[in-house]
Amino acid sequence: MMDDGEAGPGRTYRIETAGRLSRVSAAAACVILFGLALVPVLAGRYVVQDLIFLFYMLALAQCWNLLAGYAGLISVGQQAFVGLGGYLLFALTLRGEINPLLAIPIAGLVAAVLALPTALIVFRLREAYFAIGTWVVAEVYRLVFAQIKALGGGTGTSLPPSVTSSVPGIDWIASMLDVRTPAARDIASYWLALLLMAGTLAFVYLILRSRRGLALGAIRDNEAAAAGLAVDITSVKLAVYVATAAMTGMIGALIYLQKARISPDAAFSVLDWTAYVIFITVIGGIGTVEGPIIGAIIFYLMQRYLADFGAWYLILLGTLGILVMLFAPKGLWGLVAERYDLTLFPTRRRLVVEAEHAERKGSSRTLS
Amino acid sequence: MSGWLDALIQGVLLGGLYALFAAGLSLIFGVMRLVNLAHGDLIVLAAFVILVVGDRFGLDPFVAVLIAFPFLFAIGFALQYLLLNRTLGRDLLPPLLVTFGLSIIIQNGLLQFFSADSQRLRSGAIETASIPLGGGIAIGVVPLLTLLSAIAVIMLLNFIFYRTPIGRAFRASSDDLEVAQLMGIDHQRVFATAMAITFVVVAIAALYLGLRANFDPTIGPARLLYAFEAVIIGGLGSFWGTLVGGVVLGLAQTIGARIDPEWQILAGHLAFLAVLVIRPRGLFPRALD
Repeated sequence: MMDDGEAGPGRTYRIETAGRLSRVSAAAACVILFGLALVPVLAGRYVVQDLIFLFYMLALAQCWNLLAGYAGLISVGQQAFVGLGGYLLFALTLRGEINPLLAIPIAGLVAAVLALPTALIVFRLREAYFAIGTWVVAEVYRLVFAQIKALGGGTGTSLPPSVTSSVPGIDWIASMLDVRTPAARDIASYWLALLLMAGTLAFVYLILRSRRGLALGAIRDNEAAAAGLAVDITSVKLAVYVATAAMTGMIGALIYLQKARISPDAAFSVLDWTAYVIFITVIGGIGTVEGPIIGAIIFYLMQRYLADFGAWYLILLGTLGILVMLFAPKGLWGLVAERYDLTLFPTRRRLVVEAEHAERKGSSRTLS
Repeated sequence: MSGWLDALIQGVLLGGLYALFAAGLSLIFGVMRLVNLAHGDLIVLAAFVILVVGDRFGLDPFVAVLIAFPFLFAIGFALQYLLLNRTLGRDLLPPLLVTFGLSIIIQNGLLQFFSADSQRLRSGAIETASIPLGGGIAIGVVPLLTLLSAIAVIMLLNFIFYRTPIGRAFRASSDDLEVAQLMGIDHQRVFATAMAITFVVVAIAALYLGLRANFDPTIGPARLLYAFEAVIIGGLGSFWGTLVGGVVLGLAQTIGARIDPEWQILAGHLAFLAVLVIRPRGLFPRALD
């Protein structure tokens, strides 16, 4: 191994994260996002509705991936924040008469504020017990919202069209694309979902490439060693928990703006908002940015073509999750990435040694 | 006043049921640090097994459970030996995810075969029999049997754990797995035996679950949460603590229900969170884990 301190003449060192492939894939991601933004102009209402579903499941999966795959916080209670976001949207628009577009970020903010005392309690539980503890907390939120009569109690309530149509720009969309108001509403939700999904993806990716991300990667790989290197584990974990609560809350608000009907059992469903999300992340590949994307697409296709089989579909999903965990714990993306040494969204820093001698040129070493 | 006294008595009796739910969870966590997210669904599955055995052979549930014991013992052994042992290691995610997947498979498998209809175990007159205590308070025979069974199960588990060769292997694996292996313990078999015993406890819990109230394929996760709360309230690693945890949870639920019937479950969860805030390691922690 060469001594990094003695960079002799003609030898330069450089630390890079992005490679040529990742620059290509970043450009491709921009093109894909732009293409997705144009979908409502070209495609029908069903495609738009399907893609909204895909986008928010992917956004939820990225949040859970950051939480479990990097910070080691395996939560089975993220439905707490989805439901909280949804209910806050309903409370703010129905009771507070706030525009839904403004209610979404407020819902995220309140979810983050409530995540702090929640964390104080569940962080007392370690590892697997943390998982069930978060589930208990989600149940508490569900039972509390079932008691609030102003929001429909146990049976839930609906948003009137006057609220769902009050998102700014719906009239503009209706006249521009020559569609009826309900379709225009879907298109507005579509763009919001796309924005939120892209925002979550960018947020997760940028965090992972930052200094904090280095700490997160260290925690993922070996918590004790990370602590030994002076990573402040608790504060990093708390920050991730609160940030993902905020994002999950916003996604929840958007989901229920689109659904326009909420009930405690649906909004705080462990199956819909946590089990599916875990399977997406694990089947795609936990601890990578690419994994949840692959997982969400697979899940979407399964949901679309197999959901009619009801219980059998869920049995298949559970079996698939178990098989992947046993035989390919890094998920489908892990298999591909290992085989072809591929990363589309690189978060690892590479030390590149550039020497005068041709044979040394381009030899690189992966750091973290 | 007698209403409150009644609530206290019913709460303690309900605690017996929760202690039965929790004893199995406590055992497998103690031996192999496995947190089984399918535990509640396994209880429901066992209740359906007792139901089917009883119906098929025209047996009383108390007899049917005896016939179900060896089957469930074998299933538990096989599940741990063939599947769950593969998930144990330094990484936390595999056991959690595999048992979570198992939970979904069991729930939906039961839905597929038995539909979502509510079921109940029928055992004739004993179901409604009660012992009057005077002052308008009566103790149901089945709830009383539940509590007594919970105490018996915990005594038996303590006996197995501290007085038998397999119990020594349990404790050795729990204290230091690597050294236990060096001493010639086949930990795969030890773990599988622990799960097999857990399945027998689960069958007893399922018997009383089915006798006391209706059950359907979807109620498993809530039972998991009660079991988990009882274990944590009692303190990890102590079977008697688990019994106390179950009783605390049962009391919180019946007192909550006494104030407002809709608050029963919520009151139990809040009591659990309160214990977590005040005594994070539970009321009777055995050791620093």
